Amino acid sequence: MRSLLVLFIALPLAAAAAAPPRPSPLKNGSEFQSADVRALQADDFANPMALWVDRGRALWSAARDGRSCAGCHGDAAASMKGVAARYPRFDPALGRVVDLGQRVAACFESSGGAKLPAESDDLLALTAYVALQSRGMPLAVSIDGPARATWEKGRDLYFTRVGQLDMACTSCHDASWGKTLLAEPVSQGHPTGWPAYRLEWQRPGSLQRRLRACFNGVRAEMPPYDSPDLVALELYLAWRGRGLPLESPGVRR
Amino acid sequence: MLGRLSVPPTVKRGAPFAVRVIVQHPMETGFRRDYDGKAIPMNIVDKLSCTYGGREVFRAELGSGIAANPYFVFYVVARESGPLAVEWSDDRGQTGKVAADVKVA
Amino acid sequence: MRRRDFLAAGAAAIVALPASAQEVHDIDPFVNAITSGATPEAGGIDIELPQIAENGHSVPLTVRVPSPMNELDHVTAIHVIAERNPRPAVASFHLGPWSGRAEVSTRIRLAGTQKLTVVAALSGNRFRIMKKPVAVASAACIDEASL
Repeated sequence: MRSLLVLFIALPLAAAAAAPPRPSPLKNGSEFQSADVRALQADDFANPMALWVDRGRALWSAARDGRSCAGCHGDAAASMKGVAARYPRFDPALGRVVDLGQRVAACFESSGGAKLPAESDDLLALTAYVALQSRGMPLAVSIDGPARATWEKGRDLYFTRVGQLDMACTSCHDASWGKTLLAEPVSQGHPTGWPAYRLEWQRPGSLQRRLRACFNGVRAEMPPYDSPDLVALELYLAWRGRGLPLESPGVRR
Repeated sequence: MLGRLSVPPTVKRGAPFAVRVIVQHPMETGFRRDYDGKAIPMNIVDKLSCTYGGREVFRAELGSGIAANPYFVFYVVARESGPLAVEWSDDRGQTGKVAADVKVA
Repeated sequence: MRRRDFLAAGAAAIVALPASAQEVHDIDPFVNAITSGATPEAGGIDIELPQIAENGHSVPLTVRVPSPMNELDHVTAIHVIAERNPRPAVASFHLGPWSGRAEVSTRIRLAGTQKLTVVAALSGNRFRIMKKPVAVASAACIDEASL
């Protein structure tokens, strides 16, 4: 009898742990920003990201060692359409799950370009330019096959309490979304707007930078840039936000 | 220095039209500190001006209270078709310029 | 003090390092630098500013001064002063009848909840002044700018 009870409890919990429930209704990141920030994001001229997109567009065609992005990929509007919506993804050549920035950096370096450091203007510019080509398209990452283990790691991290404040991502972004924290509404934590121009940073940044800031916010050690933990979390978040339209390049407070 | 300029595709003679400009610049206040606690030196765009029809039609003196990647919208009366240019300089002598063609209907 | 020195005076006058809670500065010296001591007329300036600025690093501002903007009667300059900023002199915009419309939009920094002051200089040595309060919310997770 007791074992049956355990089974009744364990099975639903296991199912929930396997594919945890998502917030309902699903709300995009911009819905938790002020009207001014939303207006800025929607204005293709005034959105500061446009400066980096312009730079990305120039880099796309710029020759390096006789090669360029355009040389292989042609017109980005065609070849990159839908690409950002599928990232992070397992990259067979690199043998691991990578986010869009990492894929762009790897491609750039392997095609005659310099090594692009994390959060550098050139990397953010190219990533923003590629991400723009998927604006409005639904997030649609794959967590099958070789990506599965990374997704599970990300899921586990999402529910793990960390830091002096002893909080997990779920503590705010599932249990408290829509509520106010220090005069600001807590979002559902979807990764649809990145790379984004963050008013707080007064420059663009990647999702990795934003996640590091979250860790800092609960007084936890920040995972280093490009750490497997950050990428795993990015994959889990992309899965969790699946179906939401991409807003990149976004503006956030 | 990178910037973007926007004027309406055509403008009506004698009527004011909006000029929009955004400049890529950190507008470093000099108050921020880096991760090691060292003060980041001040570096701001302090002058910006617009010329059109051979004369200066807008001038701005800026302080560190202007947000990073300075953005402005101002108005100019349409006279003749021709180039409109916005130039700026920062406190280190770096300069930038963007230009557009004004088409007067 | 000449008007063009208004910004230079502002940069030098106030402390180099901000206090954690910015104090409100006396802006009279800034206004006097613009008007050469004359008392500006209150009103006649439209200040568009959010009631609550989500982040003090970038606050949208539009200033509109109703004026015929003709040779005889026009706005010559719009000056923006933020009383709680470590450097209260934010910007000066120079216009003329060639502007057609005395309206400027920009994004400013606000070091805390305060009243924003705008002084307009008009042809014929006239001045107007207007103030508008704005609340500035702070970021939730304290994220050092370098992080």
